[in-house]
Amino acid sequence: MTISAFGALLAAVCLLAPLVGSTHISLARAFSRSVPFADNVDAQIFFIARLPRVIGAALVGAGLAAAGVVFQALLRNPLAAPETLGVSIGASVGAVVAITLLPAFSIGGISAVPVASFTGSLGALAIVYGLSAARRRGMSSTVLLLGGVVLTSFLGAILTLIQYLSDFTQTFRTVRWLMGSLDVGSYPPIVAALVPLAIAGVGYAMLPRALDLMSLGPDAAAARGVDVVRAERVALVSASLSTGAAVSLAGPIGFIGIVVPHLVRLMVGADHRLVLPASALFGAAFLIGCDLIARTAFAPLELPVGIVTAMIGGPFFLWLLFRRTR
Amino acid sequence: MIRRTVVLALTLATITALSAAEPPKRIVSLIPAVTEMIFAMGDGARLVGVSSYDRYPPQVASIARVGGLLDPNVERLLSLRPDLVIVYNTQQELTQRLERAAIPFYLYEHRGLPDITQTVRAVGARIGSAEAANRVAAKMESDLDAIRQSVAGRPRPKTLLVFGRDAGSLRNIDASGGYGFLHDMLDIAGGEDMFADITKQSVQTTTEMILARRPDVIIELRYGDSAQSLDVKRELSAWDALPSVPAVRNHRVYILVGDEFVVPGPRVVDATRKLAQALHPR
Repeated sequence: MTISAFGALLAAVCLLAPLVGSTHISLARAFSRSVPFADNVDAQIFFIARLPRVIGAALVGAGLAAAGVVFQALLRNPLAAPETLGVSIGASVGAVVAITLLPAFSIGGISAVPVASFTGSLGALAIVYGLSAARRRGMSSTVLLLGGVVLTSFLGAILTLIQYLSDFTQTFRTVRWLMGSLDVGSYPPIVAALVPLAIAGVGYAMLPRALDLMSLGPDAAAARGVDVVRAERVALVSASLSTGAAVSLAGPIGFIGIVVPHLVRLMVGADHRLVLPASALFGAAFLIGCDLIARTAFAPLELPVGIVTAMIGGPFFLWLLFRRTR
Repeated sequence: MIRRTVVLALTLATITALSAAEPPKRIVSLIPAVTEMIFAMGDGARLVGVSSYDRYPPQVASIARVGGLLDPNVERLLSLRPDLVIVYNTQQELTQRLERAAIPFYLYEHRGLPDITQTVRAVGARIGSAEAANRVAAKMESDLDAIRQSVAGRPRPKTLLVFGRDAGSLRNIDASGGYGFLHDMLDIAGGEDMFADITKQSVQTTTEMILARRPDVIIELRYGDSAQSLDVKRELSAWDALPSVPAVRNHRVYILVGDEFVVPGPRVVDATRKLAQALHPR
């Protein structure tokens, strides 16, 4: 019931969002077969500018929100987010290396920046995984958290160093990428991001019961038959893959990963069988909605979507929080 | 207290007197555009320090580097014993330290194209080369005027002037808005700025906006380190993703390479000429 409500919300937003934009288009003309695509401006605005954007926002929103849920449960810390363990900033380092140091290249229609960015997130994942694997008998969430914080500031220093050494044009490109943007403009990057997201989705499907039991503590979970070490590995890899896919597709877009899970918990309770899918659906709908505002509110200018996610999500979250605690 | 004030007043008076009497001999310029202006006046030999972003003219390679807008190296700057430092008007921390060290400075402000020749004259007057500066400025003005004349009466194509995007894709596109020296150059070169209605120096634009506004010509500027590894054919083909845009359909997408497009100094004349050639090929 609850899940279908969130699903309906996402479906509604998905249908509405491509119809609205900074310019008016005629749907009849966009889907008309009598005008060749190369001449059909309405069709091009619909299929090249808007549709990939909406699909991209859905994937990024779902990926970040689900990763947030899993990181918060895995680290047993309500402040955890996709950025906490360094995977997100690993993706940023990859992107900045591509912008600054690498010659331009492309693989199957995907340009250098997203490729390098996803590679960077995998590098960070390897380091985090190494940290966790070093503790054979299940990882202490505190150690993992601490490792992630240190890795984040270390990679942050590398990011600043590359920016400092690059010339002003590259620094400007970097700053621009770090603002995040959903104007994907083509489908190959979306298809590519679907692969890690699908793998993460399989992982997520295995997790809800284990995450519920692990919230009681690893020993209690083990006593009820959860393979804690395995569950933690699955959680770590899935959440990292979906973070890496999201950041390499759209750049770092803040706020979704930390706040959407809490919003959803305030609405549906703490059961991960509900929280995890509901967060993915709501994260997707929320980011599509925020991007819609970002591209229309100040048209023809466009706001970085991260500003909108924080400015709408923040007050909404506080309102829910106070309404519940009153 | 009074004694200190008197001493300060005397020191200031001496500095003023000195600078009025004698043109500076050891100049540090933190602004690439001003460095180019000073060289154009024939006074490059008086420059003892330049910013880390200076690349032109080639002689700057042998001049000491003292950092840039955000990271001026004050220690190295002081060690050059300059008698004039040219700084951005926003570098307040630096100017405060220069004041304490009693080193005269000149505040540079970056605005539109007409302000460039005005800056040439002001800098010239400040370093005691008013006559040479006037010559340089007058030549720039007449050259720009000649370019304007050469395209007068021709149709003015609606132009998207891009100064940055992600390599190999149409993501994170930055274009010139309806204000600033890039816009002014485009105007003189005989193009109608697609974003003339947006009074900002830069506009972060999207594929939707470009599809909707349908520019007749797209000009991309490439400069700095990223221009060195440029694959022009590949970058041009990125625009094929928007086939209904007249500029794409009529093969009127151009990539122009050179730092002169982003340094508001004497070379804006060359830059404007290149824009005019792209917009109005013979």
